[in-house]
Amino acid sequence: MYGWLWRHLPGPSVVRALILAVAAFLVLAACFLWVFPAVAPFMPFNETTVGE
Amino acid sequence: MTDPAATATATPDGPADQPVRTRRSSRPRRGASPARQRAYAAVGVVGEVLITLGVLLFAFLAWQLWWTDVEGNRAQAEIVRDLDWQVAPTPEPSATETGPLVAEPRRDEPPVMAEPSHATTFATIQVPRWAGEPERPVSQGTDRATVLDVLGVGHYEGTAMPGGVGNFALAGHRTTYAKPFNRVAELQVGDPIVVRTSDTWYVYRVTSTEIVMPSQVDVIAPVPGDPGATPTERFITLTTCHPMFSARERFIVHGTFDYWAPVTDGTPAELLPAA
Repeated sequence: MYGWLWRHLPGPSVVRALILAVAAFLVLAACFLWVFPAVAPFMPFNETTVGE
Repeated sequence: MTDPAATATATPDGPADQPVRTRRSSRPRRGASPARQRAYAAVGVVGEVLITLGVLLFAFLAWQLWWTDVEGNRAQAEIVRDLDWQVAPTPEPSATETGPLVAEPRRDEPPVMAEPSHATTFATIQVPRWAGEPERPVSQGTDRATVLDVLGVGHYEGTAMPGGVGNFALAGHRTTYAKPFNRVAELQVGDPIVVRTSDTWYVYRVTSTEIVMPSQVDVIAPVPGDPGATPTERFITLTTCHPMFSARERFIVHGTFDYWAPVTDGTPAELLPAA
């Protein structure tokens, strides 16, 4: 998977590493901003309110 | 990691890694059949996916345990700032006193506001015992999506308002989402809890703390622990999760009303450093 990605990226190794680092940061940022807030309510440890 | 023996054994491991990796990468080339090569590739992809999921799981933990606090503290500080309420007066520059005015405690009938609409921030809470904690906003409602996760402390709908006869019951996170009630276990009997609305201070004093099961909702009854009784006193109740990082039980703090003061009279002595 990552090997395939590495082989298909353009440029010398430094450029590829840079691209991958930026991509990883973007993925993480997307997770923090949208993915994690969306899945958090479904986590079992987040069941804190009791219906009255 | 810190003991020297572990470091010593770890160092020779480094170079030893190298041949292993070379052997692994050359394996498909040596394995003649293409079917075997495909199998190796598939196992490799599965492994990479699992590693990625593991990393994302750690990222989720970091988000839940750290980032929700960062975001929550920022958001709640902004809410308090945006309330734009009257500032408690300080003496005229010509006066001989320095520092803010101390509000005279009043023990007559306090003004009680009507319950606001859901998710409206109508008060703030400050607890001198939690030195270093900021002033937190208090908003109407206790569901997580619209109040507790985003606005901080929530007011149980239908319970008394600040200063009202009955039980002014609040809920807040003990961990994560800015954890407004993180230090609830530090409270001691007699500690002040200072609530303010746009124009009034309400000072309560802690009377007891207890740990109950989540189903024991009578802790927020008008007379705590005695549902159905008609209240004659003014209570406050803080509810939060217990133990930390768990929702198995609830940590409850009960208090009673001490005094009130108009904000125009000054600041309660409890909030001033000299107190």
